Amino acid sequence: MIHQDSKTILEVSGLQAAVDGVEILKGVDLIVKSGEVHAIMGTNGSGKSTFAKVLAGHSAYQVTGGSVLFEGQNLFDLEPEERARAGVFLAFQYPIEIPGVSNSHFLRLAYNTLQSQRGKDELDPLEFEDFVREKMKLLEMNPNFLDRGVNEGFSGGEKKRNEILQMALLEPRLAILDETDSGLDIDALRIVTNGVNKLANKDNAIILVTHYQRMLNYIEPDYVHVMRGGRIVKTGGKELALDLETRGYDWLGVERRAPASA
Amino acid sequence: MSAVLQNLVNQPYKHGFVTEIESDVAPKGLNEDIIRLISTKKNEPAWLLDFRLKAYQQWLKMEEPAWPNVKYPQIDFQAISYYAAPKPKKKLNSMDEVDPELLRTFEKLGVPMHERAALAGVAVDVIFDSVSVATTYKQKLAEVGIIFCSISEAVHAYPELVKQYLGTVVPVGDNYYAALNSAVFTDGTFCFIPKGVKCPMDLSTYFRINTEGSGQFERTLIVAEEGSSVSYLEGCTAPRFDTNQLHAAVVELIALDNADIKYSTVQNWYAGDEKGVGGIYNFVTKRGLAKGVNSRISWTQVETGSAITWKYPSCILQGESSVGEFYSVAVTNNYQQADTGTKMIHIGKNTRSTIVSKGISAGHSNNSYRGLVRIAPTASGARNYSQCDSMLIGDQCGAHTFPYIQVRNQNAKVEHEASTSKIGEDQLFYFAQRGIGNEEAVSMIINGFCKDVFQQLPMEFAVEATKLLGFKLEGSVG
Repeated sequence: MIHQDSKTILEVSGLQAAVDGVEILKGVDLIVKSGEVHAIMGTNGSGKSTFAKVLAGHSAYQVTGGSVLFEGQNLFDLEPEERARAGVFLAFQYPIEIPGVSNSHFLRLAYNTLQSQRGKDELDPLEFEDFVREKMKLLEMNPNFLDRGVNEGFSGGEKKRNEILQMALLEPRLAILDETDSGLDIDALRIVTNGVNKLANKDNAIILVTHYQRMLNYIEPDYVHVMRGGRIVKTGGKELALDLETRGYDWLGVERRAPASA
Repeated sequence: MSAVLQNLVNQPYKHGFVTEIESDVAPKGLNEDIIRLISTKKNEPAWLLDFRLKAYQQWLKMEEPAWPNVKYPQIDFQAISYYAAPKPKKKLNSMDEVDPELLRTFEKLGVPMHERAALAGVAVDVIFDSVSVATTYKQKLAEVGIIFCSISEAVHAYPELVKQYLGTVVPVGDNYYAALNSAVFTDGTFCFIPKGVKCPMDLSTYFRINTEGSGQFERTLIVAEEGSSVSYLEGCTAPRFDTNQLHAAVVELIALDNADIKYSTVQNWYAGDEKGVGGIYNFVTKRGLAKGVNSRISWTQVETGSAITWKYPSCILQGESSVGEFYSVAVTNNYQQADTGTKMIHIGKNTRSTIVSKGISAGHSNNSYRGLVRIAPTASGARNYSQCDSMLIGDQCGAHTFPYIQVRNQNAKVEHEASTSKIGEDQLFYFAQRGIGNEEAVSMIINGFCKDVFQQLPMEFAVEATKLLGFKLEGSVG
């Protein structure tokens, strides 16, 4: 929700990034304020997932130009784990499996790391158990998730729920959801998006990276951006997503530099 | 391989110091005279000298095994000193008479030699180079009839027991290094748990090689009589030298009816430097005979050190319904090589064995699991379950699995599972994105991977093993 006294959380200017010397992002501009939900749409290879990973600091991507300020601080001064502790959260498109490491241990360590960063009390295993079970209800998750290895043998839908559970635990300032809707059946999509909606508030911001309009039926974006050829080529309201649904992306054929949003 | 992972796996060895102490060292070389010299120095009975000479004669006719998946230059057995003992070597009556320099050495290594300072009451036998320097809690154990002492002492105090069992599980001519050990072994530990006694504390031996150019050839013999049980722990370290040193031990376990022996090792011999110079050649024969019905022998090992490790703690399951277990974590880094595993020989009916092996390779190292499961025609109803998992850190290392399965009985059931995984950038990134730094992530992944084995270790050892793996595989992220 756009509101008056919102603060700028993310300011991306002319961001360029490459992987193995091939430039993928060719000048991305974007401003995200607190309380806002932004959707970034585009075809495969348009650069939208790269954008998400560059913000989180994946080492495979080299930033070759431009700048990103996160709450006024140069994001690229921070290591990936420092970005996470500062409140940047990425819900992965393909959450990786970590066999042998129990989900509850992993979640607790992540949670306590953030708590101590924020100068708040850490929870012991028993306290955490109660806390996390409460959060799991939000995502209609079976408590036996906690005893399993991190994402180990999870179905696609279970992995995505686990991602949003982590978002619920870590309460990030900026949550980037990278194709969280892919691989979800309609019930799972409803549960996951419902969880996200409950977590959205006036102090945080959400960037949804998605192919499809269907997720936006559940999470209403304030802005829709279309990415093409490594740039944001068009920005509009939620009706833009409906346009894309009926007309596809080809009508946006000409790559041009769009003005910064908001 | 990224710089992050490079740094994570390169940690200095913490036990590489040398103790300045005057030693009595035998001249280098191996021949009958040297063997006689060792036997004389230890004032041994004639039967033991015969045992040694017989082994030596067999050894002369044998060839060094070439089948392990390890490479090293030819060992010059004439360039090794087969006996080194700290002076003065007089009979010690109490811990207070132990050379303070030695006490400091073991204090530095964290080995409790003072009974009053001992943690949680673990009885310790301490072997420094070729001799046992101290054994704690001897008296207390004697009260319940348990014999826990150095094998040299046992040869004199309990000759009949030693004679009865020595070489019965690992015969003198069993293999090249066992034959060598049988010829030149200098000390080691003897444990005897009499009928029906549950050993009230963990027994432990700590091995330290100190003298450059010397080898360590120790011999451990553990006998558990009917209905008894014991948990035995073994730890080892060595200083850092540029030359390779040979450690060729023999361990024999015998479990009679309903007896239970649990043998745990944390092996941290000097592994050589990051270029592969120096380090211990750890060529060890360990075997347990589950002789009685319902007897049980369980090996747990955490192998982190040595330039080369070549060992297969094995179980011969002779007694009906006897049980053999092997739980292993083997970590190699830099240019370390490990060829390790187990043998489960099922002879008795309804015998059962479990093998859980976790290999972790980093740097340029090579880590092989080699295991044999043999079901004899007599072993109706035998069962085995084997699980061999390998984890790779970086892309310069190797993991290999060589399972041998021989089943000669139709009623047996043998299962084997294997997996290979890799700590990848993507896993570390996932942790990082949740605020967890690389060091902690690697430690968590490794501990998760090794969980099934660590659970088998006595608690204090499990803590030590976890820390050791930490030292071994973590470091400052640069």
